[in-house]
Amino acid sequence: MAAKKKTGKSNTSAEELLGYYRDMLLIRRFEEKAGQLYGMGLIGGFCHLYIGQEAVITGIEAVTEEDDKRITSYRDHGHMLACGMDPKGVMAELTGREGGYSKGKGGSMHMFSKEKHFYGGHGIVGAQVPLGAGLAFADKYMGNDRVSFAYFGDGAANQGQVYETFNMASLWKLPVIFVIENNQYAMGTSQQRASSTPDLYTRGAAFGIPGEEVDGMDVLAVKAATEKAVAHCRAGEGPYILEMTTYRYRGHSMSDPAKYRTREEVQKVREERDAIEHVRELILAGNHASEDDLKAIDKEIKAVVNEAADFSRESPEPALEELWTDIYAEA
Amino acid sequence: MAIEILMPALSPTMEEGTLAKWLVKEGDTVESGDILAEIETDKATMELEAVDEGVIGKILIAEGTANVAVNTAIAVLLEEGEDAANAAVSAPAPAADAAPTAAETAAPAAATPVATVVPEDTEIPAGTEMRSTTVREALRDAMAEEMRRDETVYLMGEEVAEYQGAYKVSQGLLDEFGARRVIDTPITEHGFTGIATGSAMAGLRPIVEFMTFNFAMQAIDHIINSAAKTLYMSGGQMGAPMVFRGASGAAARVGAQHSQDYAAWYAQIPGLKVVMPYSAADAKGLLKSAIRDPNPVVFLENEILYGRSFDVPVLEDYTVPIGKAKIWREGSDVTIVSFGIGMQYALEAADKLAEDGISAEVIDLRSLRPIDYDTVLNSVMKTNRCVTVEEGWPVASIGNHLSATIMERAFDYLDAPVINCCGKDVPMPYAANLEKLALVTTDEVIAAVKQVTYR
Repeated sequence: MAAKKKTGKSNTSAEELLGYYRDMLLIRRFEEKAGQLYGMGLIGGFCHLYIGQEAVITGIEAVTEEDDKRITSYRDHGHMLACGMDPKGVMAELTGREGGYSKGKGGSMHMFSKEKHFYGGHGIVGAQVPLGAGLAFADKYMGNDRVSFAYFGDGAANQGQVYETFNMASLWKLPVIFVIENNQYAMGTSQQRASSTPDLYTRGAAFGIPGEEVDGMDVLAVKAATEKAVAHCRAGEGPYILEMTTYRYRGHSMSDPAKYRTREEVQKVREERDAIEHVRELILAGNHASEDDLKAIDKEIKAVVNEAADFSRESPEPALEELWTDIYAEA
Repeated sequence: MAIEILMPALSPTMEEGTLAKWLVKEGDTVESGDILAEIETDKATMELEAVDEGVIGKILIAEGTANVAVNTAIAVLLEEGEDAANAAVSAPAPAADAAPTAAETAAPAAATPVATVVPEDTEIPAGTEMRSTTVREALRDAMAEEMRRDETVYLMGEEVAEYQGAYKVSQGLLDEFGARRVIDTPITEHGFTGIATGSAMAGLRPIVEFMTFNFAMQAIDHIINSAAKTLYMSGGQMGAPMVFRGASGAAARVGAQHSQDYAAWYAQIPGLKVVMPYSAADAKGLLKSAIRDPNPVVFLENEILYGRSFDVPVLEDYTVPIGKAKIWREGSDVTIVSFGIGMQYALEAADKLAEDGISAEVIDLRSLRPIDYDTVLNSVMKTNRCVTVEEGWPVASIGNHLSATIMERAFDYLDAPVINCCGKDVPMPYAANLEKLALVTTDEVIAAVKQVTYR
C-alpha cells in the first residue's frame, strides 16, 4: 500500500475532530481490551479485531442518519460501537454472557441491534453483501429514502455473490453503499495474490456502479467520500462503491501467526499512517485542544472500556433454558 | 403415404393439452417449419410446427378442443399425389408405437387418474362448498390472498412476473399486484435469495420462488446460515419471516441434476419450518400459513402434482396449521406414513391392499418440521406396523428418522420392523425404464406392507 498524503490542514471544527478522536479511540481501546480478555480465556473461539481500521467506520458513521442501516462481516466490533451500541453489551457478548447483545448466543461474529439498525455480524465471507442490498430493497419497497451500508473486505470482493448483488442493486437502483474495507489481506493472502485486478473500486464498472478509492486511514477523507455516496443514494441514483484502503494491525483472528507480512510493514503503517495519530495531530496543530485535554479523553475512554470489561465478566452465563429459546418466533 | 400429425408433448410432464387454434386449413400446402397450430398446455401456449411438407388433408381435432391427450392424431398431412379420401388413416396412434412420452414415464404419477376423495376435515365447517382446484391454482390463490392482506408480502424469482411463472404458478399476479410486488430476477439464486433474506430482516415478507429447488442449492447458504439462524444468533431480536417455495423432487425425464427431493435436507435445520403438501387444499392452506409465519418456511411443491385437481373448501380465509399431519384414510392393520407425491403411492397401495383384506391407515405428514409425531405414534400404537413412503434417497431419510422415533417411543407396540420405501440410492437416470426403476412405486409400498403384516 502506497503511503498517501493526508489531509494536512482542516476546517473541521474542534468539536467534530474531538468526536472522531473519541470514537476511534474507543474502538481501539475496546479491541485492545478484547485481545486481553481473549488471552485470559474469557473470550473464546474466533475474535477478529478492528485495530488500524477505525477511521473507516468512524468517518462513515459521521454521515449516517436515523434509520440508515448497516451490515458487515465477522470483523464487526468497531461497527457496533460506531453506530452507538453499548460497549457493555458488545463486550458481554464476546464473553458469552447473558448481558450480551445476543444473550451470549451469537458471539463475536454474530451480534445485532434492531434499535441501532445493525443487521450483523455475519461469518460467511460475502454473505452480508446481498443481505445488505436486501435491507436497501426493503427501504426502496417501502418508499423510504434511507441508505444501507454493506461492509466487506478485499477477500469478499472476489466472491461470486457480490457480483450477482452488484447486478441486481444497479438494475433495481437500490440505495446501498458497498464499502470495501481493503485492509490488504484476506486472512493471510495479500490482495495481489488473490485479485486479478488491483482496483477494487472499479469492480462495479461492468454494472454501471460508480466507485471511488478513498484513503481509509483518513477519517476526513472517508467522511467527504461518504457524503458524496450518500447523496447519490438518497437521490435515487442507485448503489455506490467506496473502496477504503486501510490496514489491520493485528492478525486476521487471534490465532494468526502473521507469517505473511513483516513486522516492519506493520510498524511502518503505524508510524506513518495511523488514523488516530492523524486526528490527534490535527487537533494539536489547530490548537483545538491541549495535550492535557486529550489525556483526559484517553482516561475517560479507558474508564468506559474498563466498565465494559467488568460488566462482561460479571454478567452471568446465559440460563441453560436459553439453549432452547429464539429458535422460532411465535406467530 | 399420409402422415399423421400427433398432439405433441411440450413439456416433461404434459399429459394433455388444448388445441387452441389452427393456423392452417384443409387443403393448405405447408412446408417444414410452418406453424400449424397453437397448443395450450397447463404451463404455456406453444406453437406447433410442421416437420414434413405436404398438404393438410384433414383436420381431425377441431380448434378449441380441450384435454387432447399427447400422441392423439390431430390432422393428416398428404404427400404429393394423395388425396384425403383414399389416404389410409389409422386410428389414433396406439401409445405403444409411439416414443415413450412424458405421460408414460411419469407413470407412477400419471398412471391412472386417482379419484382421490379428500377425507372430511375437522378444520372445515360442515356444509362448506368445495371447488375442484388444481394444486397450481391453489398456490396462486394463496399468494394472491396473502398479498391482498399484507402489503409487505412480495414475490420474487425467475420468470414469476412477465412470463407468468415457469410453471404458471404465479399466473395473473403481475396484473393484479404490479412489478413492485411481483419481481422478475436475473438467474442468480445466490444473490437474489440473499437480497430477499436481507429484506425480510428489515421487515418485509418475501416469497422466494425457486423455479425448482435444485437451483436453490446455489442459495442454500442464505436459506440456512442467513435465514434460519438469525433469530437465534440475534438473541431473538430479528429473524427472517419469509417463504422459499418451488418444485422439489423428480418431474419426468429431466435427468440427475433436475430430479431430487430436498425434504430430508431442509427438515434437519433448526430455525426452518418445512412443509410439503400433497393436496390442493393443503397447498393453499399451508402456503397461507407459511406466508404469515414469522419464521423462514421452506415450502416444497411437486411439478407432477401442479396439474392435479382436488377439492378445496370455498372459505374466505382457509388456512392449515403447520406441524399437523392429516389422516387420509383410517385403518387397523398397518400405518403408511408419507408426504408430498409419496401420498399418491401410499393411497394407491392402500386401495389395492384393501382388496386383499389389509386395512391400511394412511397419514400425510404435510409438515416435515415440526413433525406431528403424536399422530404417527398414536396410529402405530393402534396398528403395530408401519411403512414410510417418500421419493427422496434412503440414507438419512425422513423415514429413517420416523423409524428411530417409533423405536424409541413405541418399541413395545411394534409387531414388525418399520420399512422405509424410498427412491433408489442412485442419481436420477434419464432412460425411461431406469427412471421408473429409480422412483418409489406403489408395488413397492404394497410389498413392504405385506412384509410387515406377514402376508
